[in-house]
Amino acid sequence: MTRTVILGDIAHARAGDKGNDSLLVLVPYDEADFEPLRCALTTNRLAEHFSLHQRDSVTVSSAPGLKAIVLVLRERLGGGVTRSTGPDPHGKTLSSHLLEMRLELHPGWAG
Amino acid sequence: VERGDLDYLVFECLAERTIALAQLALLDGTGSGYDPLLLERMRGVLPTARQRRTVLVTNAGAAAPVAAAQAVRDLGASLGQDSIRVAALTGDDVLAELDLRATPLGAEPGTLWDIRDRIVSANAYLGAEGIIEALAEDVDVVITGRTSDAALFLGPLMHALNWRIEELPQIAGGTLVGHLLECAGQLTGGYFADGGRKAVPGLARLGFPFAEVAADGSAVLRKLPGTGGRLDRQTCLEQLLYEVHDPAAYLTPDVELDVRGVVLDESGPDEVTVSGAVGRPPPDTLKVLVAVRDGEIGQGEISYAGRGCLARARLAAAIVADRWVEVHGRDRSELRTDLIGYNGCRPWLSDAPEEPPEVRLRLSVRSLADGVARLLAREVEALYTNGPAGGGGVTGSVRRSLGLVPTQISRVLVEPRVQVLSS
Repeated sequence: MTRTVILGDIAHARAGDKGNDSLLVLVPYDEADFEPLRCALTTNRLAEHFSLHQRDSVTVSSAPGLKAIVLVLRERLGGGVTRSTGPDPHGKTLSSHLLEMRLELHPGWAG
Repeated sequence: VERGDLDYLVFECLAERTIALAQLALLDGTGSGYDPLLLERMRGVLPTARQRRTVLVTNAGAAAPVAAAQAVRDLGASLGQDSIRVAALTGDDVLAELDLRATPLGAEPGTLWDIRDRIVSANAYLGAEGIIEALAEDVDVVITGRTSDAALFLGPLMHALNWRIEELPQIAGGTLVGHLLECAGQLTGGYFADGGRKAVPGLARLGFPFAEVAADGSAVLRKLPGTGGRLDRQTCLEQLLYEVHDPAAYLTPDVELDVRGVVLDESGPDEVTVSGAVGRPPPDTLKVLVAVRDGEIGQGEISYAGRGCLARARLAAAIVADRWVEVHGRDRSELRTDLIGYNGCRPWLSDAPEEPPEVRLRLSVRSLADGVARLLAREVEALYTNGPAGGGGVTGSVRRSLGLVPTQISRVLVEPRVQVLSS
């Protein structure tokens, strides 16, 4: 059955940075949610959620053995830690933004 | 150090920008070129570490590993530590070896050659090789500049367990251990707490992790009994993957690490056994970070509270922006406006319908021109008397901006050098 979830209810996340790229790891609390999550987290949906204009600035990869998903948001940090003038140059708060994402999960999509 | 029965204790102290900041401080005469906390840390652990035969390894040498090693040797002598041996690892400074004309800036057109007068530092990420060489000299402390963070751990493991760089499963396992331990408390519940499902006990007395590594490269991760924090599959997964571009190929100077098949087994309370890292030979080049002077960042902040606070903060921002153009003849678009507590971290969100109980306006600018950063801080301060009603708590600051240009350098151009200082 399809269900609508807010990511933070079923997974946890941490954000990192390398230069101007934001890197995020997303880990479902329940390993059974890994495959449905992996299928639902399309680059289109992620680009929309993070207000990125080009979907190719997002990559999604996964570590199936670890049941975890890795996201890269390229050129997302306004210059990165050393150059950005913003209040969160590392983009560390982006993990919380990710967890606010609303998604439809389809359990039938086993990969 | 007292209770852990450790063979090695590693202090990883360098963020991407740290060496450049240390280099600038050295040039200005405002710093030593090494981590300002180095001597305080060494004072705390050196006597006990020597007593327990725990070798200390740190990259706190930053832009001046030899000076750092001299200072630690002298500190040791002043603490009554006889015949102390401190190794300095250099060779990461590759500014003289880089081909500036062949190094593109990446985000902007041109090469490093075009902005060569703004270059502060260029450091290659060294691997474990130099650290092993230093440990072979039977030293008490190893002090490096830029190495890969994992190499600070892999070097001691290769030395102690007699691993050769060709033994890829072991090198991958040791690199993975380093990668997990390098942020210390971030593995044991630091940076993890969030509500009931992610509760972390005793964060105020967070225990740092250590690893017992087997000859095959697998390891048991633990923290000391009685310390705060938690160590389990969840905390390990966040630390393992949060700064990895590609789980199939995490590049380090020593190995291309594939973590997709890693197994994290909760083998006991606050204990995780980690295995299954796969290694492939590393690339022929080493990563280099080139730091470039990038002018100054200026910022000013002021708070507004109560009914209409958002409108007053926006009016204040508009006043500064108008003056920026009309009085100072500058470009409005160079100013960044954040409403802290409202849209500071997520400026792309469409406006929230409710007004917050208070908001802090933050204006910022980055400029290569002298005095512009200071000018913005002054303009925000003027809002006290000339801006909207009820603004309070103005702060202003000016700091350096640094650009970091990543590039690669051929290994044959990089020569790690070890110098041992003894008292």
